[in-house]
Amino acid sequence: MLRREDPTLLTGADEYYDDLKIPGLAHVHFVRSTIAHATIESVDISEAEGMPGVLAIYTAEGYPGADLDLAPHLPMPLLPPHLAMPIPAKDRVRFVGDIVAVVVAETQAQAIDAGESIWFDYEPLPVVVDPVAAIAPDAPVLFEENGSNICFAVGIAQEDGDPCEGAAHITELTMTSQRLAAVPIEPNGAIAIPEGADLMYWLPSQSPISTRDALAGGLGLDPANVRVAAPTGVGGGFGPKSGAYAEMLLAGKAAQTLGRPVKWTEVRSENMVSLQHGRGMVLKGRMGFDADGTIVGFDAEVIAEAGAYPAIGAILIMFTQTMIQGVYTIPKLRYDAKAVVTNTTPTGAYRGAGRPEATQLLERLLDLAADEMNVDPADLRRKNLIPADAFPITTHGGANYDSGEYVAALDKALEAADYPAMLAEQKARRDSADPKQIGIGVSTYVEVTAPAGLHVEFGAVEVDTDGKVTARVGTSAHGQGHVTSFSMIVADMLGVPMEDVTIVQSDTDVIPRGSGTMGSRSLQTAGSAVHVASETVLDKAKQLAAHLLEASVADIVKADGGGLQVAGVPANALSWAELATAASDDAKRPDGMDPGLAHELDFDGSDATFPFGAHVSYVEVDTETGQVSLLRHVAVDDCGRILNPMIVTGQQHGGIAQGVAQALFEHVTYDEDGNPTAGNLMDYAIPSAAELISWETINTETPSPRNPLGAKGIGESGTIGSTPALHNAVIDAVSHLGVRHIEMPMTPMKIWNAIQEASS
Amino acid sequence: MIPAAFEYKRAASAEEALALLAEHGDEAKLLAGGHSLIPLMKYRLAAPSVLIDIGRLTDLSYVNDGGDHLAVGALTRHRDVEINDLVGAQAPLLAAATRHVGDPQVRHRGTLGGSLVHGDPASDLPSVMLAMGATMVVTGPNGPREIGADDFFTGFLETAVNEDELLTEIRVPKMPDAGYSFQKFNRRAQDWAIVGCAVVVNDGQAGVGLVNMDSRPVRAAAVEAAVASGASPSEAADAAAVDVDPPADLNATVEFRQHLARVLTRRGLEEATA
Ligand SMILES: Cc1cc2nc3c(=O)[nH]c(=O)nc-3n(C[C@H](O)[C@H](O)[C@H](O)COP(=O)(O)OP(=O)(O)OC[C@H]3O[C@@H](n4cnc5c(N)ncnc54)[C@H](O)[C@@H]3O)c2cc1C
Repeated sequence: MLRREDPTLLTGADEYYDDLKIPGLAHVHFVRSTIAHATIESVDISEAEGMPGVLAIYTAEGYPGADLDLAPHLPMPLLPPHLAMPIPAKDRVRFVGDIVAVVVAETQAQAIDAGESIWFDYEPLPVVVDPVAAIAPDAPVLFEENGSNICFAVGIAQEDGDPCEGAAHITELTMTSQRLAAVPIEPNGAIAIPEGADLMYWLPSQSPISTRDALAGGLGLDPANVRVAAPTGVGGGFGPKSGAYAEMLLAGKAAQTLGRPVKWTEVRSENMVSLQHGRGMVLKGRMGFDADGTIVGFDAEVIAEAGAYPAIGAILIMFTQTMIQGVYTIPKLRYDAKAVVTNTTPTGAYRGAGRPEATQLLERLLDLAADEMNVDPADLRRKNLIPADAFPITTHGGANYDSGEYVAALDKALEAADYPAMLAEQKARRDSADPKQIGIGVSTYVEVTAPAGLHVEFGAVEVDTDGKVTARVGTSAHGQGHVTSFSMIVADMLGVPMEDVTIVQSDTDVIPRGSGTMGSRSLQTAGSAVHVASETVLDKAKQLAAHLLEASVADIVKADGGGLQVAGVPANALSWAELATAASDDAKRPDGMDPGLAHELDFDGSDATFPFGAHVSYVEVDTETGQVSLLRHVAVDDCGRILNPMIVTGQQHGGIAQGVAQALFEHVTYDEDGNPTAGNLMDYAIPSAAELISWETINTETPSPRNPLGAKGIGESGTIGSTPALHNAVIDAVSHLGVRHIEMPMTPMKIWNAIQEASS
Repeated sequence: MIPAAFEYKRAASAEEALALLAEHGDEAKLLAGGHSLIPLMKYRLAAPSVLIDIGRLTDLSYVNDGGDHLAVGALTRHRDVEINDLVGAQAPLLAAATRHVGDPQVRHRGTLGGSLVHGDPASDLPSVMLAMGATMVVTGPNGPREIGADDFFTGFLETAVNEDELLTEIRVPKMPDAGYSFQKFNRRAQDWAIVGCAVVVNDGQAGVGLVNMDSRPVRAAAVEAAVASGASPSEAADAAAVDVDPPADLNATVEFRQHLARVLTRRGLEEATA
């Protein structure tokens, strides 16, 4: 089954927001702070004001530009209002990228030129970049009203004493899951179009429907007067392209004030400082084992970077908490997590969002422990995995795991990898002191999809009088293949050709509500809604057909040529067009039946689902240079029952690539003054196909009992499983030289340095 | 980003390019493949007010047999060098190194001349010119002059080409039987080298050029001398980081660069003499 969306994607026929032809369009450019922390002493717009094409220059109240009078932006209502972001920045800038002035001009180039001619007088303030330093007693407090730099905190059993007490062996590790940039191929942006009292937005968003309410709130408008839609083309998201951004509010208010459509086209170097970053957690763990290697307790401490103005990133320590027990039976667990503000780009959700960090800490600890106790790391995992008969099970973190076959996934991965052969090759290389050494890394993981109450979603199905079917969903695809998956569900249920199914999404004019596409939730929520809606429509159509064909409902079946028929009597059939036409004809419906062949609902999966799996990574490390060559990567990912195998495989491949990117390549870095030092794609190293290999992707299928499809999410599994497997593999390749740990990304220099330190 | 506004002039001949240079002086910049200059302009690190496009001077795009050398036109695209039969037979090191420049898109736009005049110590091709002892022909208001590779790279992003001059031809000595190796160490295939080295060994004489080991492209003279006096590749390579002043950045400290230079030079000499 090929993807229905690929022809237009591959031929460039989809329209992205920047392609849309909007008459009378003006362009907005955001002038951003070039300094990480300072007071704004003065702003000089006199030169820029008169420049060609300039329509308006806005600054915060008290500076010479006009004031858009917007309330400070607080992306997470859970957080205290004193942490909100004044837009534009008022009195202080808090990170390189903070918006200090807004220029609207006839062309983008004119807006940028004028922006380059606005002058700022800053008085530098002490800068906080490092999250651990942010909670030191002598750290400058960035928001005085907040008392400290801690903006959010959660924990489990914090007062219950040491969970590792009595352990025969304790393994300890402090590591960092480094800050990453999502780098969607299409950066962020917005077009805001005033239409009388109403405002329309085109957004390259993962969640246009729910973002409407956030934008209306920020602008002080009635949501009914705001329309938000994503165009057919949205070039990726990976998490941070959901929700309302300050730039969208500013563009919308400027459009309303000027009475003209305004477009924000984000450029890459801007995207690297403005789009919320991901990860950025310091993870500290102590794991206790008894003499035979059984886990007795786990003590985890997390410090997460929220950035300058806390957003979703601040609360991801809750997802880390949900998954902190992972796939293991752990009798005692303590968890202590804090999110801190720093003078850096705000953090948000990025593929995995809080769950990879838990897995990374657990899997490094398990490997280190195996090394210290001199046991096989796969055996140590197998001994401690939650057994298949334990489900459903509620963890210390409050997760309610639906189903799992963890041991089976691990064994399948080891078998596919031919683990004994890998070990033999490793031994041969070690024995011959070859400069190129072999490393083998294993990870087992469980993750959560449709988390944090996101297990409810809108879906609707309607058969039109021409026999074609329209399904509407509250999710918003941007590359995942939902049009294919959802039309498969409808086509299968109603017996219509896929081409006759239209999927409608991403526009508040036609979708009443919806949370969007994130957290790998779309199939299990919107897909299930479409499934239930189709089933309900089918039931109704059967009753109608029974009435019209004078047969009993039990005898109505799907006709081979489409539509419904009396079982065994193909001549006694009605097409979907005839059924839908009859359904809207009062004279043809049975008494008491509502008109139309349509059903809509909010599907409620009752809770999240918990995909899981095991990965084996096999690498060669050049000990002379620290260069890593990927040799094999075997992934067993279980996402419940599979609807479209090709789409699942595609998600595994992309996910693994992104996980490998964290292990080896990517890192958003700052210097000590808070200046970004990897702010473009030359310095921020996203890998290309040339650096990667073809992953060996396998699936087991353990259905979820929480939805009629038996589906769990697959969008983030590859990312969560692959990073620790590769992390472990690289360290394993040099562990015999005395290397205990290497921080990610494991660049050649870090690997070489680790070898030098271990041997000196 | 979007570059600052500039005036665009397209030169129809080398003479016209020189005339335009004379007219606009240091306000002007020559534009060849644009793959070094345009990125600088997009970040507004360069803001020439006049761009003189020499990209269509096809008469400066050629590889000719010059007797004891190959004559390569300055506007020859990397891709045309990479697949040229004469280059493959007479200067295979140049073909091998060119294959490492960026990605196919970069190699179809970027030119050999632009790469050399840009004077970037992290670029691949200057090291080949140093190793092979190439000669650059530069044309100015007073006609052409020749500059040896050793005198060509004068500083960080600086060469001996004056503002009113045009690099027109690169003369690469023919070395059909020489052993050679191009070693490039980077994290991603399309990246510039963290460290690289170009090695050619001809009649027991080694030429070794280093990439990204100083503020300008440099020759590893101590290694060449060691080879000439009979040192083994690993002995000679010990001198690879002598008398150079490598930069430190996100990818490598000074120490790591020095170490890589030794490893890559040893591997290069081993391959060239195998
Ligand atoms: C993504 C990317 C990756 C790259 N990777 C590599 C790599 O791995 N290795 C590598 O070596 N290079 C790499 N490059 C650089 C590439 O090789 C450039 O094309 C080359 O360095 C410059 O050649 P150009 O023709 O594009 O010059 P331009 O950018 O047009 O010009 C460069 C400079 O030289 C001057 N100039 C150009 N031609 C002449 C002439 N005939 N006479 C006088 N002055 C002249 C210009 O005025 C300008 O100052 C990469 C470039 C990009 C964009």
